[in-house]
Amino acid sequence: MLDRSKIVGSPVSRIDGPLKVTGAAKYAAEHFEPGMLFGHVALATIAAGRILAIDTRAAERLQGVVKIYTHENRPKAAYRDSKWKDAVALPGHPFRPLENDRVLFDGQPVAFVVAETPEAARDAAGLIHVHYAAETPNTHIVAEQHNSYEPPVARMKQFLPPPPRGDAEAAFAAAPHKVSADYVLPGEHHNPMELFAATVRFEDEGRLTIQDKTQGSQNSRDYVCGVFGLDPDKVIVKNDFVGGAFGQALRPKHHLFLAVMASLDLSRSMKVEMTRREMFYLSWRPSCVQTVSLAADDEGYLQAVLHHAVHTTSRHEDYQENVANWSGLAYKCDNVKISYELVKLDLATPGDMRAPGAASGVAALETAMDELACEVGIDPLELRVRNFVHRDQNQDKAITSKALHACYREGAERFGWVARSPTPRSMRDGNDLVGWGMAGGIWEAMMSKGEAKVRLSADGHVTVSAAASDIGTGTYTILGQLAAEVFDCPIDAVTVDIGRSNLPKTGVEGGSWTAATTGSAVQAAAKAVVKTLLGHAQSMENSPLAEASEEQVEISEGRLVLEANHQVGTAIADIMAAAGLDAVEEQAKVGPDILSMRRYAAYSHSAVFVEVKIDEELGVVRVTRVVSAVAAGRILNAKTARSQILGGVVMGIGMALHEEGLIDHRTGRIMNHNLAEYHVPAHADIHDIDVIFVEEQDQRASPIGVKGLGEIGIVGVAAAVSNAIFHATGKRIRNLPITIDKILESEAVQ
Amino acid sequence: MKRFTYTRAETVADAVAILADRPQAQFLAGGTNLVDLMKYDVERPDAIIDINSLPLKEIEELPDGGLRIGALASNSAVAYNAQIQARFPLLASAILAGASPQLRNAATTGGNLLQRTRCSYFYDPSTPCNKREPGSGCAAIGGLTRMHAILGASDKCIAVHPSDMCVALAALDATVEVVGPDSARDIAFGDFHRLPGDEPQRDNTLARDELVTGIRLEANRFAGHHTYLKLRDRLSYAFALVSVAAAMEIADGRIVDLRIALGGVAHRPWRDPLVEAEYAGAPAEDVTFQRVADRLLFEAKGLGGNDFKILLARKAIVRALRQAASGRPQSQTLKAIQ
Repeated sequence: MLDRSKIVGSPVSRIDGPLKVTGAAKYAAEHFEPGMLFGHVALATIAAGRILAIDTRAAERLQGVVKIYTHENRPKAAYRDSKWKDAVALPGHPFRPLENDRVLFDGQPVAFVVAETPEAARDAAGLIHVHYAAETPNTHIVAEQHNSYEPPVARMKQFLPPPPRGDAEAAFAAAPHKVSADYVLPGEHHNPMELFAATVRFEDEGRLTIQDKTQGSQNSRDYVCGVFGLDPDKVIVKNDFVGGAFGQALRPKHHLFLAVMASLDLSRSMKVEMTRREMFYLSWRPSCVQTVSLAADDEGYLQAVLHHAVHTTSRHEDYQENVANWSGLAYKCDNVKISYELVKLDLATPGDMRAPGAASGVAALETAMDELACEVGIDPLELRVRNFVHRDQNQDKAITSKALHACYREGAERFGWVARSPTPRSMRDGNDLVGWGMAGGIWEAMMSKGEAKVRLSADGHVTVSAAASDIGTGTYTILGQLAAEVFDCPIDAVTVDIGRSNLPKTGVEGGSWTAATTGSAVQAAAKAVVKTLLGHAQSMENSPLAEASEEQVEISEGRLVLEANHQVGTAIADIMAAAGLDAVEEQAKVGPDILSMRRYAAYSHSAVFVEVKIDEELGVVRVTRVVSAVAAGRILNAKTARSQILGGVVMGIGMALHEEGLIDHRTGRIMNHNLAEYHVPAHADIHDIDVIFVEEQDQRASPIGVKGLGEIGIVGVAAAVSNAIFHATGKRIRNLPITIDKILESEAVQ
Repeated sequence: MKRFTYTRAETVADAVAILADRPQAQFLAGGTNLVDLMKYDVERPDAIIDINSLPLKEIEELPDGGLRIGALASNSAVAYNAQIQARFPLLASAILAGASPQLRNAATTGGNLLQRTRCSYFYDPSTPCNKREPGSGCAAIGGLTRMHAILGASDKCIAVHPSDMCVALAALDATVEVVGPDSARDIAFGDFHRLPGDEPQRDNTLARDELVTGIRLEANRFAGHHTYLKLRDRLSYAFALVSVAAAMEIADGRIVDLRIALGGVAHRPWRDPLVEAEYAGAPAEDVTFQRVADRLLFEAKGLGGNDFKILLARKAIVRALRQAASGRPQSQTLKAIQ
């Protein structure tokens, strides 16, 4: 029997791992239905303007083409915007595929071909000729930033900048040490392995079963029901397996709309799978221009923080992130001014991409902190230690837990930070300049409302169910571990049933809140099962547990026993037999503790240390070592947790050195929409990554003490790399990615 | 992707005969580039002639000490061939600097010669491109030019050839063997790829009805002094911003014979035999290397987005020549620049 105290936290391998590596796990595009049709989308090739005419004649003549949809013949869908708004919709008008002749962005769907084979659909889509009246697009954030505005409707209340405190401008002017600079981040594009796809099974009586690539099966269900006026009881959306999503699949995409539309119109099963190129026009990390000004006294204590961020959004929606607020809470400072504005560009609506807001804002803040450390003349780690703050000054709340000191200490020790020579360009290894840089990371520890059901069978088998999604993070496994812990059973005695809309209510998987939310719901439901069992046990004659309360019992080796004395108890099978039951099933509902939230704010924290080696003459950068020390509450699974941080660090290295959507601003079109030209790190770019978890006991963050790990791994990494490059070369490059040309062409500061 | 017929050719004569009958046909070898281009609707052949059954996979020694590489020998087979590694290490190194192991396993020698440019405008059929659609214009000029040519471009086309292997073959003076419907011929490597001029649709001088059957390499004395140095936007699996294939023979500290070819800078691997000849006899030292770089880049012209390539190329040439002279070729596995 597994040691109960160890199943949660230990490096349990993914329970869905064998299915995935053998190909038995089916993704949305891998489901086939008899007689199904296939759809392919034709994309706009202008960024702004109107469609004058669409010539589909050549496409229609192709063998196998069933129907071609454009804005001129698209079946009716909901009229009101509210029906098109999904659970994570934005202020503004949600995009409606093939709604009218207006082109709002490059890559917008302008026609949809349905054919007997995917090949015919794709071929036909290429033969559709669209005549446009193109307008001059504006896609350059730096050129357009003078047109920025405060979003009239906040996406979320907590995204609003905190009220200014103190007098930041005056304090900045008066301080002896100050830095102020602009930081420019390019648009980044999601490229998970799995492409967006939906397979719609058209069933009797208007029932639909939809396999969708989504981070929320219930969100997809509610969306299609809203848009097409369907009965939610007749639609099931499944997302058993998701091949990476990182926020891109939070909102339903056009593939889902078009697949359901055609399925209903033609009364046929349908499949739509996007191309890699299409992925570049959906929910991307928006380009961003930030001005950060920091001032400190002679000892490095912060005197003023000013952070202004301008972010890209589309013409039709006000996408927003919390970019700049982090600067008001990461360090102690009494004079703070934060502002956040949007600029509308002729681009697709941006969307959440791993640590949305923090990845961008903390990159600027933590680079500025490094600059300030140089200006004051103290070690960058010491600067952060000196400005440590125990309170969330933005909201004037206590912080549930913040083991950041330990992250600094353990991270620095593992990295060997003490041996760092403070002067830029002073460390070498052969032809290479060596640079050591660090940065802090922060992310909000969120919990949302969620439900789960747990069933314990007389034979000891456990089934956990919730409409949660495992987007590759390990949700299946940690839910199994949490149930196994309560029932003191091996993980293979637990079946985890998630990824279906007709399971207990669960929000979208994002923001790092799934483990905290669904995990807490599973634990609560499992404990409810124990309580019910106790009730049944106490109904038995001469029950040894007659006087026991639910707090006094637990399950051990198939028996319900007194926690204090495992000898006293009754076998689960006997309890169920006595009650005439095969199984006990309970459902639980959890949510954030509103009272606690009034007094406390919860965050995960990290300290990232990076070593780079740079060929001095040619500017070739290698990130040779990374240590990421993370404090994110309780770690449920040492293996999947580490993987999350590794992935975040890799993505952060990509942010620092590689990722950039290249737009031809003459036409407003993204030109590197494939994985050969849109660069993410290759294996050769990744060397040693060391992950340290500093565990925190924090029941205020969530009942199971979890803060979430999906985002924190990337936050701060880009700044740490950039700071290391500065330390190596003396070159401060404030526009990412830091490519070879920028290193060659910038001057080292003296 | 357009519908096409698929035919498997069993002999070289068979392949060439089928091609003669189908003017819109394309040969399929590894398919690593053609299939992508078909998906993007850049290439729209109506017939695919699969030549993978042809007996062109051998790498054989020639009586004069050279080697013959069959056109269907995979890039991996060439790069890991013991003879190639011992006698033409520059070629092995250049191949390993390119693509990924999976691609190198599939890609062939002949196909590598014929790969098309990575210019993103060429890849997008909705933009004008004289290479894709002669006479339609060049959308790259004035656009995103970071990857584009600094040498030999024309006002019709500024694309660059993406191959690494071909840069080494250019430096090694390889010979391309081709077979047409009526005869076979040899094409000197320097005559194989061409500059865009007024006909950027023609990447090379292969006739429409010909098939590349192999590459011949002559014996050389460069195995001790060579390097392939590739600079790119990540450490692997990216096309060259600038690459340099350098080889030399050195005696008493002086260059006896010099070969240098550049990749990522022009519509074909860039080589200037006159410059090479000029520095035969010069001391193998930095001053010489800098002069070679200056001479090779004398006519280099930036387009805005790629201005940095001139500086990068200059530094890369000097570094590569230094690597070659010192007998310390760039490792393609250890990514630190030597």
